[in-house]
Amino acid sequence: MIELVNLHKSFGSQAVLNGLDLSVPTGKTTAVIGPSGEGKSVMLKHMIGLLTPDQGDVLVDGASILGLRRTELNRVREKFAMVFQNAALFDSMTVYENVAFPLEEKTSFSRDEINARVETALREVGLKEVNRKYPDELSGGMKKRVGLARALLLEPQIVLFDEPTTGLDPVIRRAIHQLIKETQAKFGFTAVIVSHDIPDIFEVAHHVAMLYRGEILQFGTPEEIQGSDHPVVRQFITGSLDGPINSGAA
Amino acid sequence: MTHFIRAIGRYGLSFLEELGRMGQFLLHAGYALLRQPGRPVHVLKQISFIGAKSLFVIVLTAAFTGMVLGLQGYYTLAKFGSEGLLGTAVALSLIRELGPVLSALMVTGRAGSAITAEIGIMRISEQIDALETMALDPFKYLVSPKFIAAMLSVPLLCAIFDVVGIYGGWLVGVKLLGVNPGAYFGEMYRSVLWKDIWSGMVKSYSFGVIIAWIGCYKGYYAGHGAEGVSKATTESVVLTSVLILVWDYFLTSILL
Repeated sequence: MIELVNLHKSFGSQAVLNGLDLSVPTGKTTAVIGPSGEGKSVMLKHMIGLLTPDQGDVLVDGASILGLRRTELNRVREKFAMVFQNAALFDSMTVYENVAFPLEEKTSFSRDEINARVETALREVGLKEVNRKYPDELSGGMKKRVGLARALLLEPQIVLFDEPTTGLDPVIRRAIHQLIKETQAKFGFTAVIVSHDIPDIFEVAHHVAMLYRGEILQFGTPEEIQGSDHPVVRQFITGSLDGPINSGAA
Repeated sequence: MTHFIRAIGRYGLSFLEELGRMGQFLLHAGYALLRQPGRPVHVLKQISFIGAKSLFVIVLTAAFTGMVLGLQGYYTLAKFGSEGLLGTAVALSLIRELGPVLSALMVTGRAGSAITAEIGIMRISEQIDALETMALDPFKYLVSPKFIAAMLSVPLLCAIFDVVGIYGGWLVGVKLLGVNPGAYFGEMYRSVLWKDIWSGMVKSYSFGVIIAWIGCYKGYYAGHGAEGVSKATTESVVLTSVLILVWDYFLTSILL
């Protein structure tokens, strides 16, 4: 279970998170939606200790991760995997080397076993014959799939997805969402997805949190969020130009 | 007036903050070097990049530096009828001063800038964050191998610089200007002491640390986007070059 308690974070004079509270249910997929620039990625980076809050607490399985020494924090991070917005593949390594990297560094598997696992991981995300390609030779969708394969290889308990479908065409977007849904169901990990993809994300997530102006405005099932009468939530999910998000009156 | 004083205060504070961060980075790098020096394959890759691939530029620079020293030294010494001391002049200039400094400046231009650009690009494309999320220490994978490679390669390149420079001076002094070859090498053997060679190596070793330190630090804290990386790369080369020259002065005054 991940809990964010009264999280505050500013960059210079710009306040990004303003007392954000969120409890992420274990073994389920939680989507965090909200307008761009509202701090969704910043929130995600707090969950895994890449950023430290100015105030508030981050609890993983009931224990705070703030102030931990690097070795202790790394022990907590063993539970996590993260799929970045731009995949964050190591650009001087091939696809094979990227996916094999966590296995080579963190396990004592033999070369044959690593080969077999990399092969399986790439096949599961629908990639074939890309082992020797470098990230800059792949399309956006392929990069995201490689990122997903790399993230899932060590069978994490929690997977954080930072806008996994941004910049992809609708078909690939749906394929990635389907992939996330299937892998979550198969491995049973806790997933947190930061996304703008309305309405696709409602099919993937068990819970949806609407983040606006640095706080969680509403949290509920996709049906509850879709049926919400809060003007900000309504405007965001309908994509209307008129409403509090544009006028700043919410 | 208060604006001016505030601006100075702000600048002073940010300067001190930067110095503190640089010091902290060096300590962390030293700690990581002892605790987790990185896999041999990563270190060898860096030795190839920082050391082997700098060889051509080092040999070229050394040859011409030695040749210029041969020319200048000959015309100066000829005024006193001491052309026989040309080998000593060339060797001492190279071993004590020019070899360590010029080889370090060449490595800074070729490899120091590339270290900053590489780590800077990894920073802005979240590759360093990706390492962190895999519970892997970026210092082990990115910083330690570069420190080890620079500390091994720069003194070796300096030694090559010295030897090639001495033969550059020999080519001009002995082959073109007619200095006695026996005098060129004989005087050199008599005048160059182990202490001179040792002081050159100590300098070179510390310059290796400076190149890796500033190169990695500037990349690790690169700003946003391509502009951030380009600014970090420029700052890295300038700061490393200045630090090498300043540190050279202090080290010379200690080692003399």
